[in-house]
Amino acid sequence: MANDNITNKQSLPALTAADFEPVNINERESEVIKRESLTAWRDTWERLRRNKVAMSGLVALIVIIIASILGPYVAYWVHGYDYQTNDLMATNQKPSALHWFGTDDLGRDMFVRTWSGARISLIVGVAAALIDLLIGVIYGGIMGYFGGRVDTIMNKFSEVLYAIPYLLVTILLLVVFEPSLGTIILALTITGWINMSWIVRGEIMKLKSREYVLASRSMGAGTGRLLFRHLLPNASGPIIVTLTLSVPNAIFAESFLSFLGLGVQAPISSLGSMVENALTGWMYYPWRMLFPAVLISVIMLAFNLLGDGLRDALDPSLKNK
Amino acid sequence: MGAMTGKNLIEVEGLKKYFNVGGGKVLKAVDNLNFFIREGETLGMVGESGCGKSTAGRTILRLYEPTGGSVRFNGTDIYKLSPGKMKAMRRDMQMIFQDPYASLNPRFTVSDIIGEALDIHKMAGSSGERKKRIEELLDLVGLNTDHATRYPHEFSGGQRQRIGIARALAVNPKFIICDEPISALDVSIQAQVVNLLQELQDRLGLTYLFIAHDLSMVKHISDRVAVMYLGKMVELADSEELYSNPIHPYTKSLLSAIPVPDPEVESQRKRILMSAEGGGPIRSADEKTEETSLVEVSPGHWVAMPH
Repeated sequence: MANDNITNKQSLPALTAADFEPVNINERESEVIKRESLTAWRDTWERLRRNKVAMSGLVALIVIIIASILGPYVAYWVHGYDYQTNDLMATNQKPSALHWFGTDDLGRDMFVRTWSGARISLIVGVAAALIDLLIGVIYGGIMGYFGGRVDTIMNKFSEVLYAIPYLLVTILLLVVFEPSLGTIILALTITGWINMSWIVRGEIMKLKSREYVLASRSMGAGTGRLLFRHLLPNASGPIIVTLTLSVPNAIFAESFLSFLGLGVQAPISSLGSMVENALTGWMYYPWRMLFPAVLISVIMLAFNLLGDGLRDALDPSLKNK
Repeated sequence: MGAMTGKNLIEVEGLKKYFNVGGGKVLKAVDNLNFFIREGETLGMVGESGCGKSTAGRTILRLYEPTGGSVRFNGTDIYKLSPGKMKAMRRDMQMIFQDPYASLNPRFTVSDIIGEALDIHKMAGSSGERKKRIEELLDLVGLNTDHATRYPHEFSGGQRQRIGIARALAVNPKFIICDEPISALDVSIQAQVVNLLQELQDRLGLTYLFIAHDLSMVKHISDRVAVMYLGKMVELADSEELYSNPIHPYTKSLLSAIPVPDPEVESQRKRILMSAEGGGPIRSADEKTEETSLVEVSPGHWVAMPH
């Protein structure tokens, strides 16, 4: 064996300088980045797109939003009735070609009422969430950025507010003011912003000791630049997730208040009041409860799926923890 | 090592930074520091983790408000400056940070990161001028100019640290605090970054305070070395002198921990262990720590002695 190896080696042709060629590593060239440049948002979108569950939530939401905008108009064009047109000769009808979702006890079309109810729910949910966002970011931003005594006092105040049951506050408010869309949104936001402010406070506290914030301070950056260029953009992930997850909470709260009769008043429809209305005869006319109840569930599920997906997409490191 | 003039650029006197840790206790992170740095010089600052080196650096730049003492830059006490004057002063004093992964805002492009200081101090008249200056800086630290539109996560640790250096250089500073700029990097990249820092010092006449815990690297880059222990300076000397003739027991102990790249010598190396006196730097607010002062034992060689 050993001899074979030796003879093999000897039979190789001798190498000369001409057999080699320099690799010519250009240091500058090796530093070139070939990957397509993606902003943080594009990256997030790419990750979200690959998450089938979250995407199905997103698609469901888009469909529901379009349907709640167009649904009532479509029914009006096709059949000529709106959410309060009643036909006392056709009460409690089963779903049919004329009434796609059936009719209620006053002979009003359930298809129109379901989608215009969803519209109310979405408006309340999104408006309440956006107001929570505004107040929560400002209040939480001040707590987190200034810290110390300011933080202690403001945080205690929000804790006290949080300790009051929100249903109590809401019912009191709705007793004092006329129940209307605006009153419901006000009632929901009075305590709803607290959660957002705590999220923002925690993020800002965590981020403000990061070295890039110190670097910016060492260059002489002021409070405005630190907050709006460094701290809030980097806290945007958790803020967006909290925002997305607070919409279904507000929608459910609105439905719940409407169910109790404290929501928008008849004849305007709301998913919650429709469920309450259907309660009396649900053994005989189950579709009257089915459509609004299923829609509330789907809206909430879709927002929650999207919110979870966004959390994973915005911070991939959290996914496997 | 840069071209030194005799002038002191930085004079630190009695610098103190205490943190309240609750329960009436204070953490004396930096306790009575006294030293100066000559123009064009590199002063190394070594000590174990948690000895107050980084806090000292940040307090000198007034990123933390000091508990006491003064820092004079070219004779001006920076702690007495109004916010407006302090902002202008920040153009002269910059910092390079330890962790190249945490020191760059992940939502900024490289040109935003380097250009931020230009924006804050309105140093670029037009966007064209800004772009030109950013490209100049990228070139200065050995990065490609087409990296300007990239985001930090697309770079390696060494490249990121170069971006951090370019950012610090944007305002044409005279004095840069390098806060462990290489300790988070691969050994092969460390030399590159240190060489870049030395090259920049020669070209731009910079003065460095080089904070590190890698003793051999500090010896390589520094003209003089200060040793910190529990918030205090225990020894300060020319780097050759300090490494060949350490006097304070802590310095001896620290130097004995340097591994020798020769197996024969390394196997003979003995660690000198020192018993920590009086626990850590957390004390109750009124407790007196043992007073020491620096004594000049030979020209330029200062050692802390109890008095």
